[in-house]
Amino acid sequence: MSNSEEDFNFAYLDEQTKRMIRRALIKAICIPGYQVPFASREMPMPYGWGTGGVQVTAACLQETDVLKVIDQGSDDTTNAVSIRKFFERVAGVKTTENTGKASVIQTRHRIPEQVLSEDQILVYQVPIPEPLRFLEPRETETRVMHALEEYGLMHVKLYEDISINGEISTAYAYPVKVNDRYIMDPSPTPKFDNPKMNFCSAIQLFGAGREQRIYAVPPYTKVISLDFEDYPFEASRAEKTCEICGATNTYLDEVVIDDKGTRMFSCSDSDYCNSQKS
Amino acid sequence: MEQILKAKAINKKFGDVYACNNLSIELYTGEVVGIVGESGSGKSTLLNCLSGSLVPDGGNITYLDRDNNWLDLLSLPEPRKRNLLRTEWAFVHQNPRDGLRMAVSAGGNIGERLMAIGYRNYSQIRAEATEWIEKVEIDAIRLDDKPSIFSGGMQQRLQIAKNLITKPRLIFMDEPTGGLDVSVQARLLDLIRSLVRELGLSVIIVTHDLAVARFMANRLIVMKNGKIVETGLTDQVLDDPQHSYTQLLVSSILKV
Repeated sequence: MSNSEEDFNFAYLDEQTKRMIRRALIKAICIPGYQVPFASREMPMPYGWGTGGVQVTAACLQETDVLKVIDQGSDDTTNAVSIRKFFERVAGVKTTENTGKASVIQTRHRIPEQVLSEDQILVYQVPIPEPLRFLEPRETETRVMHALEEYGLMHVKLYEDISINGEISTAYAYPVKVNDRYIMDPSPTPKFDNPKMNFCSAIQLFGAGREQRIYAVPPYTKVISLDFEDYPFEASRAEKTCEICGATNTYLDEVVIDDKGTRMFSCSDSDYCNSQKS
Repeated sequence: MEQILKAKAINKKFGDVYACNNLSIELYTGEVVGIVGESGSGKSTLLNCLSGSLVPDGGNITYLDRDNNWLDLLSLPEPRKRNLLRTEWAFVHQNPRDGLRMAVSAGGNIGERLMAIGYRNYSQIRAEATEWIEKVEIDAIRLDDKPSIFSGGMQQRLQIAKNLITKPRLIFMDEPTGGLDVSVQARLLDLIRSLVRELGLSVIIVTHDLAVARFMANRLIVMKNGKIVETGLTDQVLDDPQHSYTQLLVSSILKV
């Protein structure tokens, strides 16, 4: 009992829990976009910090994996650092900030700018998995609506956007239709990232810890953003240039840099920005 | 005229109490049938059984759809039933809050059924919503307002626009004028009646107000304790009531 290495199971979760989560993951992969309930465990971090993503990552990790964790595109924000350290400690896996070298990427709010490959898994942290939640509060009803493909209500939301703002103002958590069947909330990623989900080579897994749901998009699956014929979907971004690397095609953060309110725009994906710079 | 809805021997019990005791009812196309009776007589239960929101304990309900097929409503698959409710049927609730989404604008409420059946053109949805909000005598300028800031009468008219936009054939109404003051009530009834005529709708309307029944219904069904005690043409039932309960109802109307 003195060897602390043996006190912990690999990657924190016990094998029974991993098996339960893997079963949910397999089911989710088989029914793209369908929310699979799972028995979410308490994790040593508060809800909203990525407990769902952490459980999915823990269930996927193998000793040979290389893990990257990003929060709002960046590798060095609190959430990313703490989750990366957590897995360094409990799984002992190698970690990286380099998108290309990672085999598992846990993300909050962004999809990396660099195109993902077939041997990568992208794990999303999801706060609210149900895209219809704010339109129809009853979970019993939304499950029936998913089952019967009654998705008119989702367009009511987009209709409201246009009638109030003159355009579809939903800028994040923009609803998508997966594989021509289920409507899915892509988690609070900016809609700029939505096109990256369509026919993506990597496996995309979504974990919502508090809501106890897992869903997935298998590789090379059709993911279409909802819109109206006369108000088509636009993957919008700030019409600026990154002031660090000069990129003109990336998703930008607007950062206040002094007390006078001076602002600068820079890539939200810190790894991509660094790679462009050098 | 042909039948559009047939219900035979409908039974519904709550505990030991029959809310509907062996009720049979037929509705013809373009006909307005009123169901009257005191509170607790089973009117609303009957309406809920007919419209599919309650499952009766026994009986048989069939409906003639747009393509002239008789559908057995009690064995109809759930998706088809919900599809009927969105397209060929409409349900006007007594409380408009039950039939509207209060956090969604008037236009969004009216357009919801269109979007549900696959309309994906914003301008077209908006044009139809504008047309319908005007049809129910609400200023089109209110299209982007939330129903929560509408008056009770306006909410009720909005609910009617929301329901009629997909041109349903059969409408269930549960006390559509309950809780409105008399002048608003009169205008609303006038509106409903003209829309019913214009669109050739079949209607089942539940009310405890005999004046509403007289104004709206071609035919009347009088219920008491879950049973039909009298049925006939509206004027005939109200002017020459046969059953003692109907006589009591008619004689209880307050005269001004």
